[in-house]
Amino acid sequence: MHRHFGSRLSPCAILAIVSMSATKVAVASSLRSPQTSIFSPVSTPASDIYHLSLLVLAICAAIFLVVFSLLLYAVVKYRRRPSDDDREPPQIYGSDQVEIAWTVIPVLIVVVLFLAAARVIHAIEDAQFPPGVLEVTAVGHQFWWEYQYPGYGFVTANELHVPVSEPGHPTPTHIILLSADTDHSFWVPKLAGKTDLIPNRRNEMWIDPHEVGTYLGQCAQYCGIEHAKMLLTVDVQSRDDFESWAQAQKAPAAVSDQVAAGRHVFETTACVNCHTIAGTAAHGKFGPDLTHLMSRRTIAAGVAENSKENLRLWITNPDDIKPGALMPAMQLPKQDIDSLVAYLTSLN
Amino acid sequence: MAASTIAVPPSEMPISASLRGRVGMWCLIAAESAIFCIFVVAYLYYAGKSLSGPTPREVLAIPWFNSICLFSSSLTIVLAEKAIHRGEIKTFGIFWFLTIALGVIFLIGTAREWHRLIYHEGLTISSSLFGTTFYSLVGLHAFHVILGATGLTIILILTILGFVTRQHAERISVFAMYWHFVDAVWVVVLSVVYFITR
Amino acid sequence: MFDAQPLSPPIVVTPELESAKPLFDRVHEWVVTVDHKRLGLMYFCYGIVFLVIGGIEASIMRAQLSVANNHLVSPETFNQMFTMHGTTMIFFAAMPIVFGFANYLMPLMVGARDMAFPRLNAWSFWMSALGGIILYFSFVGGSGLYGAGSAPNVGWFAYAPLTSRAFSVGHSTDYWIVGILVSGFGSVGTALNVLTTILAMRCPGMTLRRMPLFAWLNSVMAVLVFLALGPLTAAQLMLLIDRYLGGHFFDTQAGGSAVIWMHFFWIFGHPEVYVLVVPAFAIVSEVVPVFSRKPIFGYSVMVAATVAIGFISMGVWAHHMFTIGMTSYGNAFFVASTAAIAVPTGIKIFNWLGTMWGGKIRFAVPMLFCIAFLGQFLIAGLTGIMLSAAPFNWQLSGSYFVIAHFHYVIVGAIIFAVFAGSYYWYPKVTGRMLDEKLGKWHFWLFLIGFHLTFDFMHIPGLLGMPRRIYTYQPDRGWDIWNLIVSTGVIFQAAGVAVWAFNVVRSYFKGKVAGNDPWDAWTLEWSTSSPPPVYNFATLPVVRSRRPLWDLKHPEDPDWKYE
Repeated sequence: MHRHFGSRLSPCAILAIVSMSATKVAVASSLRSPQTSIFSPVSTPASDIYHLSLLVLAICAAIFLVVFSLLLYAVVKYRRRPSDDDREPPQIYGSDQVEIAWTVIPVLIVVVLFLAAARVIHAIEDAQFPPGVLEVTAVGHQFWWEYQYPGYGFVTANELHVPVSEPGHPTPTHIILLSADTDHSFWVPKLAGKTDLIPNRRNEMWIDPHEVGTYLGQCAQYCGIEHAKMLLTVDVQSRDDFESWAQAQKAPAAVSDQVAAGRHVFETTACVNCHTIAGTAAHGKFGPDLTHLMSRRTIAAGVAENSKENLRLWITNPDDIKPGALMPAMQLPKQDIDSLVAYLTSLN
Repeated sequence: MAASTIAVPPSEMPISASLRGRVGMWCLIAAESAIFCIFVVAYLYYAGKSLSGPTPREVLAIPWFNSICLFSSSLTIVLAEKAIHRGEIKTFGIFWFLTIALGVIFLIGTAREWHRLIYHEGLTISSSLFGTTFYSLVGLHAFHVILGATGLTIILILTILGFVTRQHAERISVFAMYWHFVDAVWVVVLSVVYFITR
Repeated sequence: MFDAQPLSPPIVVTPELESAKPLFDRVHEWVVTVDHKRLGLMYFCYGIVFLVIGGIEASIMRAQLSVANNHLVSPETFNQMFTMHGTTMIFFAAMPIVFGFANYLMPLMVGARDMAFPRLNAWSFWMSALGGIILYFSFVGGSGLYGAGSAPNVGWFAYAPLTSRAFSVGHSTDYWIVGILVSGFGSVGTALNVLTTILAMRCPGMTLRRMPLFAWLNSVMAVLVFLALGPLTAAQLMLLIDRYLGGHFFDTQAGGSAVIWMHFFWIFGHPEVYVLVVPAFAIVSEVVPVFSRKPIFGYSVMVAATVAIGFISMGVWAHHMFTIGMTSYGNAFFVASTAAIAVPTGIKIFNWLGTMWGGKIRFAVPMLFCIAFLGQFLIAGLTGIMLSAAPFNWQLSGSYFVIAHFHYVIVGAIIFAVFAGSYYWYPKVTGRMLDEKLGKWHFWLFLIGFHLTFDFMHIPGLLGMPRRIYTYQPDRGWDIWNLIVSTGVIFQAAGVAVWAFNVVRSYFKGKVAGNDPWDAWTLEWSTSSPPPVYNFATLPVVRSRRPLWDLKHPEDPDWKYE
C-alpha cells in the first residue's frame, strides 16, 4: 500500500533543479533592464525602497535556505527504509526549549524588519521639501491623467514633465493626487512606490529623479473598463529644458488662419463641452486639455502615437483604439473630421 | 464497545449537549454584533460630516418612553422565563404577551419618530450622510426587533394553543437570549445616536 | 475499551439494495438530508465544481495574457473574468470545500452522532449553494438598461465608488452583492454548527486538550467567520442602500468616503483568508503525524499559535491599503501587526517539521502533498513578509507579485492540503482507496504546473506589471514571463483531470479500504468505511489525544505521557 519513494534523485527532480538554475540567470538579467523594473530606481523614494527591499530579500532568503534545507534533510534522513521493521519511532510530544528558541528568533527578526520599514516610511512620508520644490496636482480620470501646474498657471494631460533634481541643488516635484471619478493609482516604478488617487481625498507623493530621461508606468488601481490603457509617462528634463517647456505650455493656443475651418468645427460641435483650448471658447473639463496637443508624443493616455492618422481614427471612433473610452464617436462627416485634424495638428 | 468499562472522572466529562442551544445562540449573537459594530462605526465616522441637511441636535429628541418600554420588556421576559421553569404556563403566557406588547410599543414609537423626521424635518435616508447612517443603524435595529417580536408571537400562539410545556423551558430561555441581545444593542444605539454624537 | 468485534453492526447496504430504490427517491434523500456526512459531501462536490469553473475563468485570462496586445477576449469580458474568478474561488470553491471537510469529519472526530443542529446544517448548505447560483445567474440575467451589465466586472473586492450606480450601470454589481450576502448566511450557520458541536457534543473523556487539532483549528475558523462575515454583510447592505435607496455611505460626491469601503471590506477580507487557510492547517496537522508515525510536535503550542493567529488576523487588515495614503503612524502600526503574525505562523511550520523529525516518513500521496505544502507555505509566508514592509509594498501592491503571493497561499498551501485530505479521507468516505499511481501522476503534474505558473508570476510584478489589466504593452519586458505563467495552467488542469478520473474510477474499482487503511489514531478511523448513518454503534470514550494509538499499543498508551 505504501510505495517506497526512491532514495536517488528522480528524473523529475533533476529536471527541476536544472531549469530553476537556468531561469535564475535569465531572471537576474531581465530584472535590471526593462523600463518599469522596481530594481532600477532613479529617484530617492524608489531607491530608499530598493535598499529596504535588499535587506528584506536577504532576510527572507536566509530564512528560506535554513528552513527549506531542514525540510529536505528531514524528508531524506527520516524516510522509512525498506529494511525498517514495523516498530514505531520514539513518540516525542514536544520540547519547551525548542519552542522558546523558535519563538524568540522570529520575534527578533520581526523587530528588525519593523524598524527598518518604519525608518523608510518616515523618510518618505514625512519628508520636508526645500524651497525649490515644483508643485504639481495630478487628477485621475477614467482613463487619462490631468496635470495642473499651479505655479505656472497651466493644465496639461497624460505626459508629466518635471525637472531633474541634482543632489547639490535638489528640485524635487511634489505631486498632489486627486480623482475626478473612481480610484486610480500613480505608479512609475523607477521613480517611487505607488500612491492612490481617491475621490474626495487628497493624497500626495514626491519624486526627485536625478537622471534625465523618460520613465514609464501605468494606473495600478482598477478603475473601469480601460484601466489597462491608462499609461503614465514622466519626462525628466534638465532645468533649462523644463523651463522652456513650461513657458511654451503657458502660452495660449496657436492661432492660424489656415486651420480656421477646423477651429470653427471644434467650437461649434460638442468638443467644447469636454475639452479646453486656452484662448478659445472651449473650456470643457471632462476630457484632456488640448491647448498644446502636439507637444505630446502619444494620445489616449499613451496608447497610440500622436499622428494625423491616429487622431483621425480617434475622433471617428475612439473605441477602435481604446474600446470603452468615455469619448463618444463624434459622428461627423469626413470633411469636418479632416479639417478638425488639420486644426488639432496645428496646436503645438 | 462498552462505554461503561472506563470510568470517566467528572473533570473530564465535556459540557452537556443540552447546553448546545445556549452555545449556538451566543455564536449567533457574536455574528450579529459584528454587523451592528460596522454600522455603529460608520455612524461615528460620518458624525458631523454631512454637507447639508438638518443636524442631529436640531431634530433628534431622546426617546425616553420607547427605551423604557424596550428595557422593561427584558424584565418581563425574565419573569416569563422564571414562570415556565416553574411550570406556570399561564403566568408565562401573560408575561410573554407583555414582552411582545412592550416591543410593539417600541416599534410604533420608532415609526412615529421616523414619520416626524421624514415629513416634518425633511430628514430622509438620501438627504445627507446623517440621514443615511441614522436610518440604516436605527432601522437595522428595528428590523431585529421585528424579527424578535415575530418569533415571540409565534411562541405565544403555540402557548395559547396549548403546545408549550415546562419541557420547553430551556428553549424558551435560548430564544429569550436573542431578545436580551436586541435590547443590549439598543443600549449602544441609544448612547451613540442620542447622547454621544447629538 | 474496544472489544475485538467490529465497532459497527455489519449492516452493509449492498449495491443491489441501493439500486432497487427508484432514482427519484435516491436523489430526494440527498436533497432532504440532514446527515452531516451527506451535507459534507455535497459541500465538497459543490466546491469542486466551482473550482473547475473558476479554473476555466482563469484559463481564459491566462490565454488572453500570454502575449502582449492580445485580442482573444474583449476588455469587458476579461474584467468579468477576473471578478468572477476571484469571487467564485473564494466564496464558492474554497469555502464550501473547507466546510465540506469540517462537516464530514468534525462529528466523527469528536465522537458525536451528528452536528449540533442538523437542520440548520442543511439550511446553511442550501443557502451557500443558492448564493453561487444567484451569482452565476448574472451571466444570463444581469443585463440592465441598454444591455449594460451581465456578470459583475468590479473586481472581487468591488471598491467604491466604482460600484455606485453612476459607474456600475445595470444589475451586475447587485448579483455580486446578493450572491455573496445569501451565501454569507450559510457560512455563519455552518460556523455556528462547527463551534457548537465542538463545545457541546464531544464524547465522554474528550476534554478540549484531548481534541484532535483538526477540531481546534476549525473552531478558530468558526470564530473568525462570526467576526469577519458581519463586516462584509454590513458593507454590502450599505452598498445596496447607496444603490437603491439613495444612501451616501460611499458617495464621494456627498461627502462619503471611498476609503471606508476599503476598511470594511478588508476587515472582512483579511480574516477571511485565515478562514480558508486554518482548515488547511487542520488537514496537514492530521496527515503529517500519521505518515511520520509520531504525534504532532507541540500540541499545546500549535493550539496557542493558531488562536494567536486568529486574534492577530483581526488587526492587520490595512496592509491591503498601504497605498491609500495613511499617515506614517498608521502604516507603521499595520507593518508591526502584519509582521507579528509571522511569528505564530512560523512556529506552526517548525512544529510540523518537528513532527517529521525523527519519524519514519511514508511517502504515500497524502504525505507528498503535505511536504509540498510545507515548502510552498514557507515561501508564501516569506513573500507575505516582504509585502508587510510598507515601503516595499508601495512598489509591489496591486501588481502581479501580490497575485503570485496569494495564489501561493491559496493554491500552494490550501489546495495542496485539500488534495492531501482528499487522498487521506477518501477511503473513509467511500470504503475504497484512491489509486496510488494515478495519485503520483496527479501530484507531479500539479506540482510542475503550480510552480511554472506561480513562481514565474512574481517576476512581472517586480518588473512593474499591475493587476487587473486585460492586456499590456510589448515594450515592458513582461511577455516571456506571462507566456511561461500561462503554460503552467495546462499542467495544473491535467493534474486535476487525473485526480477527478481517479476519484470516479476508484469508487467502482478501488481496493477495499477497511476501517483504518492508514494505521491512524483519531476516532473517525474506529468506525466502518463508510461510516453508518449514526456514526458509532456506541459513543466512544477516550482517555488521550490518540484513542486508537492507546488501543493498538496497550503497553505504551498516550495517556501515560500527556
